[in-house]
Amino acid sequence: MTSAWSITASAAVPRGAFVDFPLGHTTGKPHDPDGQRALVEAGLRCLETVTTPGTIVDLGASWGDDAWRADPMRTKVRNSASGRTGDSRTERHDTPQYQTDDDRLLAEERHGSEIACRACAGFDD
Amino acid sequence: MNAPPQAVDYIQVTRDTYDTLGYPPYAWVHNEGPVPWAPMTKPLADCTVGLIASGGIYRAGQIAFHFKDDHSYRVIGTDTPAEDLRVTHFAYDLTDARQDVNVVFPLEPLHRLVEQGVIGGLAPEAYTFMGGIYSARRVREELAPTLRDRMVAQGVDVVLLVPV
Repeated sequence: MTSAWSITASAAVPRGAFVDFPLGHTTGKPHDPDGQRALVEAGLRCLETVTTPGTIVDLGASWGDDAWRADPMRTKVRNSASGRTGDSRTERHDTPQYQTDDDRLLAEERHGSEIACRACAGFDD
Repeated sequence: MNAPPQAVDYIQVTRDTYDTLGYPPYAWVHNEGPVPWAPMTKPLADCTVGLIASGGIYRAGQIAFHFKDDHSYRVIGTDTPAEDLRVTHFAYDLTDARQDVNVVFPLEPLHRLVEQGVIGGLAPEAYTFMGGIYSARRVREELAPTLRDRMVAQGVDVVLLVPV
């Protein structure tokens, strides 16, 4: 499933299912379990219906309004929040970026202090 | 096969952003030649489904992803409760994913599809990583083959890929 048609088409996946939602919602809208289930089912059905390799099926998903298309990477929003005008991209920290500080404490308790290096090595748990 | 006219062309958007910053264009993966193909050999209702997502999902207690070409992955049991799941990523708005992780990691929808008999079952392990990995080579040569092997070892019939 994909919300970025051009990237998926360029990678040439066997079967694609296009969801025309803003990035960060590939499998549905938040707190919409019925809509999420229907969208994921529609995506999986492409496994049965697509017979030509490389096909991307437009699932016909509609976000409801098109305002997000004017700033699809949220560049303006992030510039506004940070006060910056040039490179609005997030700084590429090389340390783990936790959602909450509790997550960091829990991970450090379990994995010790060498965690950044272990993450770089591709450990899996 | 053409994109729907309203679809945002993120390759072009990225090119424009880099151009504005004076950077050379980002080399998005572009695969030529025959598209890989494995035909379905049984109905979806009999298939064990695997899940791989690139939205930066991790479980509380796991080490979070970092933002500098991190091509590591996390193993997340598909019985993990949603309240134990976290999301980190530098390239998309996390607001909704942090309120309802199913928008980028659809465990609950998949469990419902199992209950409804739409799919045969869900593989015990899902795999996650954080997209925005600069090195496509590392993904192609290291990450992707590893995840493929782990999926095959779980006996999946199909895998749902959920990029962001």
